[in-house]
Amino acid sequence: MQTLNSIVFGWYPYLCLTVFLFGSLVRFDREQYTWRSGSSQLLRRRQLMWGSNLFHVGILFIFFGHFVGLLTPIWVFDMLGVSHSFKQMLAIVAGGGAGLMCLIGIALLAHRRLYDPRIRANSSFGDTAILLILFAQLLLGLATIPVSLGHLDGHEMVKFMGWAQGILTLQPGIAASILDVSPVFKAHLVLGMTIFLLFPFTRLVHIWSAPVWYLGRRGYQVVRSRPNGTLQAAE
Amino acid sequence: MKIRAQIAMVLNLDKCIGCHTCSVTCKNVWTSREGMEYAWFNNVETKPGIGYPKDWENQARWKGGWKRNRNGSIQPRIGGKWRVLANIFANPDLPEIDDYYEPFTFDYPHLQQAPEQPAVPTARPRSLVSGERMEKIEWGPNWEEILGGEFAKRSQDYNFDGVQKDIYGQFENTFMMYLPRLCEHCLNPACVASCPSGAIYKREEDGIVLIDQDKCRGWRMCVSGCPYKKIYYNWSSGKSEKCIFCYPRIEAGQPTVCSETCVGRIRYLGVVLYDADRIADAASRPDERDLYQAQLDIFLDPKDPAIIAEAERQGIPHAWLEAAKASPIWKMAMEWKVAFPLHPEYRTLPMVWYVPPLSPITSAAAAGKIGLDGEMPDVKSLRIPMRYLANLLTAGDERPVALALERMLAMRAFMRAKTIDGVIDEVIAKQVGLTPAQIDEMYQIMAIANYEDRFVIPTAHRELGADAFDIRGSCGFTFGNGCSGGENEVNLFGAPRKAKNPMEMA
Repeated sequence: MQTLNSIVFGWYPYLCLTVFLFGSLVRFDREQYTWRSGSSQLLRRRQLMWGSNLFHVGILFIFFGHFVGLLTPIWVFDMLGVSHSFKQMLAIVAGGGAGLMCLIGIALLAHRRLYDPRIRANSSFGDTAILLILFAQLLLGLATIPVSLGHLDGHEMVKFMGWAQGILTLQPGIAASILDVSPVFKAHLVLGMTIFLLFPFTRLVHIWSAPVWYLGRRGYQVVRSRPNGTLQAAE
Repeated sequence: MKIRAQIAMVLNLDKCIGCHTCSVTCKNVWTSREGMEYAWFNNVETKPGIGYPKDWENQARWKGGWKRNRNGSIQPRIGGKWRVLANIFANPDLPEIDDYYEPFTFDYPHLQQAPEQPAVPTARPRSLVSGERMEKIEWGPNWEEILGGEFAKRSQDYNFDGVQKDIYGQFENTFMMYLPRLCEHCLNPACVASCPSGAIYKREEDGIVLIDQDKCRGWRMCVSGCPYKKIYYNWSSGKSEKCIFCYPRIEAGQPTVCSETCVGRIRYLGVVLYDADRIADAASRPDERDLYQAQLDIFLDPKDPAIIAEAERQGIPHAWLEAAKASPIWKMAMEWKVAFPLHPEYRTLPMVWYVPPLSPITSAAAAGKIGLDGEMPDVKSLRIPMRYLANLLTAGDERPVALALERMLAMRAFMRAKTIDGVIDEVIAKQVGLTPAQIDEMYQIMAIANYEDRFVIPTAHRELGADAFDIRGSCGFTFGNGCSGGENEVNLFGAPRKAKNPMEMA
């Protein structure tokens, strides 16, 4: 059991992270033409307006919630006077709310992808698979809420923070710290790492391209200038 | 002053016969692929009609082009940068494919493979998107061809604004014209402005607007941003595509495919010089009716020695300046003022211009009862309402359109007098503010329209464009990374895959 635990939570994360980073790099370098959001809005607007907005806003909130919640060193919270139980409550309430929002969105999107003839005919295996995997991951995440309600002091949550930070800071044996957590959490973690593993092979790569720099473009126009063919913002 | 050169186009609608050769040759060359069946980089619409995609001119609905803010600045009508990003998950202003049409094929094999049966087998339509049977085709490319469909629907045409349109539904008063449309390669393109990835750019050396297929991420804001709806989202590749002005041909000094194959010889290509520093100023005029003149004002006279000297100093090749002097575009737009931009009110400063069509004189005028103004019929008695053309070409200002039509009528009368009666009728020329020599040249360019007069295209200076050294020995144009198509049968290193797995036998 301990061996399995250390494989899944000690080694598997590095496999996933390596494939995630290196795979993204190779795909970006070799196959930029395939690097896109893969929007199907042109083919069917129905269900997408609500579905996509709810899904994306919800999942972005959840993503940043996990990012800040798991990777901020615990002493930062202690210094700010945020108690573990308060942080646990915040994670449950805010995460649960965003999760529900995301759930409605992904349910609409999944229904559309599976039952709309146009969308279904133009979905690759990867498109459908990653959507269903995200759906499952979301359900697992929401399923952890009742478990978390059982230990509102936040000590389980602190274990996950320690684990995630331990993985990123290359601490051997950190997997042992989450040996005894609920199987729901473990399933959520395994599927979450698997999503990183699959990331470069799916449309998820468009996340890397979130066009935030658009806001910083000087003026509106882009001109490919003489004589060296470089692009520059104009006007 | 920042001088730039652009290859611009003029279409002489007076000579368009609506044969769709331009559309078909363009499609065969550029868009006969999965995901682009519905897309026509060039299409020919019958006007009046709602067009393709449906109702494209209604910017209250599609939010294309620019809008002027109260402080005098302009921003894309779909919204500023924050609003564009806020709509990125689901774009509220994006047409659905049904607004263009659902692409279809027919079950042709059934004609050969049907078993013996009492009725003749038929080829029924099938969707190219879903692969499913389509019971009835409800809309297609050019569904309104030659006034197809009832007037009530066609008259939703936005250009009827300010026209008492009801009488044009009557058979005796009906009118029509053809409008071939392609990307306008605007000076102030709204598609470029609304692309969050910065994948769309205007080439400084020839003004062609292109989408970098590698950099496009499929955020599809450009489709909404373009008021002419001339950017198409490829639903198969997930990238947006647009008319490329046949840039490989233009660079080689050849006309675009649509121009080359135009049987009516209505298309003209030539160099226009303009002052890029004044684009913003021209595009943000308070009154929409000033936009046509504002655009004329930023064009630079290629015969002015000061302009030539400055252009050469700024690195514009000599051959391009020579071509600019012989440009048919300059003559039609600037000298004779017979060509106009399509919908200047969108504030994109389009560079594909149109000569308005003459139309039959209404019967009362032909019978000599009304509107004969000297030798020439009054342009107000032409069948196509002046206001309709003005809405299309000058944001509603009828005077420039009327002058252009008068000049075209004058050219006919002048040449008739000259060739039939052997008389040089200077009065006619003077009436429309032209000299006999100008009318002769107009006749040569617009009526005779020889190939070398229509197309004055200097070859590209490759050293001024993208660095060609970087693409030496590459695999040329593909839908992938250059040597592999992304999802094709070649391996990571560009060679075809011989075996599907390492242990495959035979």
